[in-house]
Amino acid sequence: MSSELISDYSVVHAKPKAFYERYERKEELQHQTHFCPGCGHGNVHKMLARAIDELGIQDRTILISPVGCSVFAYYYFDVGNVQAAHGRAPAVATAVKRSLPESIVIGYQGDGDLSAIGSAEILHAANRGENITVIFVNNAIYSMTGGQVAPTTLIGQKSTTTPGGRNPANEGYPLHVCELLATLEAPVYIERVGLGDNKQIVQATRAMRRAVENQVKGLGFSLIEVLSPCPTIWKMSPVEAQRWVKDVMEKTYPLGVFKDRTKEAHPWPKPEPAPALKELPRILGVDYEDVPEEPLANPINAEDVDLHVRVAGFGGQGVLLLGEVLADAGLDAGLEVSWLPSYGPEMRSGTSNCHVRLARQPIDSPLVTVPNVLVAMNEPSLKKFDASVRPGGWVIYNGDTFPSEYARDDVHVLALPFTRMADELGDSRVANMVMLGALLEITGTLPQASIDAALRRLVKNPKWLELDERALARGRELYRISCNEAGHECLCGS
Amino acid sequence: MRKQLIKGNEAIVKSAILSGCRAFYGYPITPASEITEAAALYMPQTGGVFLQAESEVAAINMLYGAASAGVRCMTASSGPGISLMQEGISYMAGAELPCVVADIMRGGPGLGNIGSEQSDYHQVVKGGGNGNYRTIVLAPHSAQEMADLTALAFELADRYRTPVVVLADGFVGQMMEPVEFPQIAVEPCLPNWAVAGTAATRGNLITSLHMDNDDLEAHVRKLEAKYQRAERDEARAEKWYADGAEILLVGYGIVGRILKAVTAEARAEGINVGVLRPITLYPFPKLHFQRLAKRARVFVVVEMSNGQLLEDVRLALNGVRPVEFLSRGGGNVPSHDEVLAFVRRLARQTLSKVEPEEERIAHV
Repeated sequence: MSSELISDYSVVHAKPKAFYERYERKEELQHQTHFCPGCGHGNVHKMLARAIDELGIQDRTILISPVGCSVFAYYYFDVGNVQAAHGRAPAVATAVKRSLPESIVIGYQGDGDLSAIGSAEILHAANRGENITVIFVNNAIYSMTGGQVAPTTLIGQKSTTTPGGRNPANEGYPLHVCELLATLEAPVYIERVGLGDNKQIVQATRAMRRAVENQVKGLGFSLIEVLSPCPTIWKMSPVEAQRWVKDVMEKTYPLGVFKDRTKEAHPWPKPEPAPALKELPRILGVDYEDVPEEPLANPINAEDVDLHVRVAGFGGQGVLLLGEVLADAGLDAGLEVSWLPSYGPEMRSGTSNCHVRLARQPIDSPLVTVPNVLVAMNEPSLKKFDASVRPGGWVIYNGDTFPSEYARDDVHVLALPFTRMADELGDSRVANMVMLGALLEITGTLPQASIDAALRRLVKNPKWLELDERALARGRELYRISCNEAGHECLCGS
Repeated sequence: MRKQLIKGNEAIVKSAILSGCRAFYGYPITPASEITEAAALYMPQTGGVFLQAESEVAAINMLYGAASAGVRCMTASSGPGISLMQEGISYMAGAELPCVVADIMRGGPGLGNIGSEQSDYHQVVKGGGNGNYRTIVLAPHSAQEMADLTALAFELADRYRTPVVVLADGFVGQMMEPVEFPQIAVEPCLPNWAVAGTAATRGNLITSLHMDNDDLEAHVRKLEAKYQRAERDEARAEKWYADGAEILLVGYGIVGRILKAVTAEARAEGINVGVLRPITLYPFPKLHFQRLAKRARVFVVVEMSNGQLLEDVRLALNGVRPVEFLSRGGGNVPSHDEVLAFVRRLARQTLSKVEPEEERIAHV
């Protein structure tokens, strides 16, 4: 045939440009696919490639190949290709699309992949309304692995793992993915199509294009389920297999549109523009302007400072905050500090405690197993930690009297009803700050300016800040009064 | 000073963003949840993506997608969640995708408890997923190192195109310490192998599948060569009074901190003891062990697991020196006093007395 003759024809069915000219990623037979004769994947691939061509999105398209017979989609599609783990294509597609909103992300999955091992991923991607397109090829069986039962296998259908046929009493009923996902609010378009005859194939082609177009318009999640023949595993001829799709499969899986919100769906919002790089330290709150270069004030008696503080009490008494203010003020005063909470269920209820270290030298271990100051906000805490206090150390106890069974003659004790005193200030919940005030007065290490700064950083509510400041002052005063009464000496010798 | 008081877990996220990380996918679990929470706060403000996934399986596969798109990405979890992520970590190692995974260890096996253990060592350092792969593993022992090693993790992940794990125990994740952050943020850049939805990257393919036997073998050898390069160039450890020490205490994470405190006290008593703290658990700093073994009489491994680190120390020493072992578990920490008592007993049995002296601390 001469070229003059050809020029008289217009080409109606060329190979889509979204396919490679030659399948060079394949080992051999690079001019044809690896699919069996009569397999539906060839049809579905072609419909998808044509949709990509028609929408002019080849460069922007990223195809997520699954595990199963269509694992090699990247042999054929001349688009960006990512091959995912079994069932995880919707998770992979989610992240690709979210980082690259301009790309067109298409997940391609079989029924074992999507409806069994990947049932969580598809459900949640659909429920989030990810702006992706999912092509779900349902042939009612695991084909790549040789014909095992799938969630989509028909009742009575034989497979290598249901040799007597699928029995609902054992394997449950066929899973209707479209019907299931259509109950969710977020998906925009869900349709089931078939490859049972030419009419169905024409409709499938239309649906495929629509599902991709929805994404191009930014509308959200679209899924097309395709009832697809598998002559090899079904042990049928291609013609019989196609007929079986129409005559048998379709009875269990009726075709149609299960959800269409394309008219009312709003396009996904465009992401906010990213801030300039130089803005990041400020946004993260680590900018040097937020962090003073020099200590706010110098610690008193710094050379001797080596505080090992254990704070303990009930959850809700402000144990952790007490420790945090102490550590933060220490840092402000140019000391080395660490703060370590007990964490876990204690955060919710029960007891709570934390370890605080303040020292002139670098802190070797943040764990305080032998405290030189114990702040016990309740009796169980005293019971738990009293014996661990270093001889010569301090026990600050929240109670009218110090329980005699814990009395030691080798530690200093300050026992006062701090909660009641806090209550007198206006709120029993500032007992922690009254006790901190006493601790600060005892240790005499941290300048007031550092404490004030720490408190302002950590307590944002002005009402609480004012109350906390008064509570701290009250704590200092209480210790001084008790000193005068009992003649205590401060730990740091001041 | 330029330092701020910050939780180790939060330091990870700030450092990650300054290191160019722009995608975080996570799932809550104690004691790692603060990382996911901080990412939820900061990622959207800094041009990044944050999503709480439906499971750790989904989270790690989201990283697979983000990394495929050429974005620096990370996740964080703890023991049971890391177990679920092993699938994705293996796929990412196979597909040569960089990512950073923070594992803030808790107690196990199974649900175990939320106390601090170091029992994820095997599943992280030896690799809990299928196939011939390794992950680079960094072990911080302070909040500052949580920040610094996270930055390093992103560098190494890109340099070696492989997942990198920041392996910390619950204490290091939960504690607050002063941290200084860099003021210059790393600019995210698109690697040439990424699939970015552009004409230039259309020909790229991300996959861990190599159907042909010879292809797969060649691929595995290529990965292996990469790991050997990492073993040669990336092994890191901190020596603390270690040169010339007769007793060498070995531990990572919070245990490293305890060992330093014990060393200070034991040296004051005249016991010639030092600390060798592995910073990279893979590649394991074998050479540090072999060099120090020339002077040391005995190594003492202290860990919050049942001899997982011990195996690597024994392999590194290959029988040239005895290795003693002290272990706690279930959320218990080896106390200063019990380690000190152990050291004193060893010293009585085996060592000569030395005069305490001033020594420099060498960071290697």
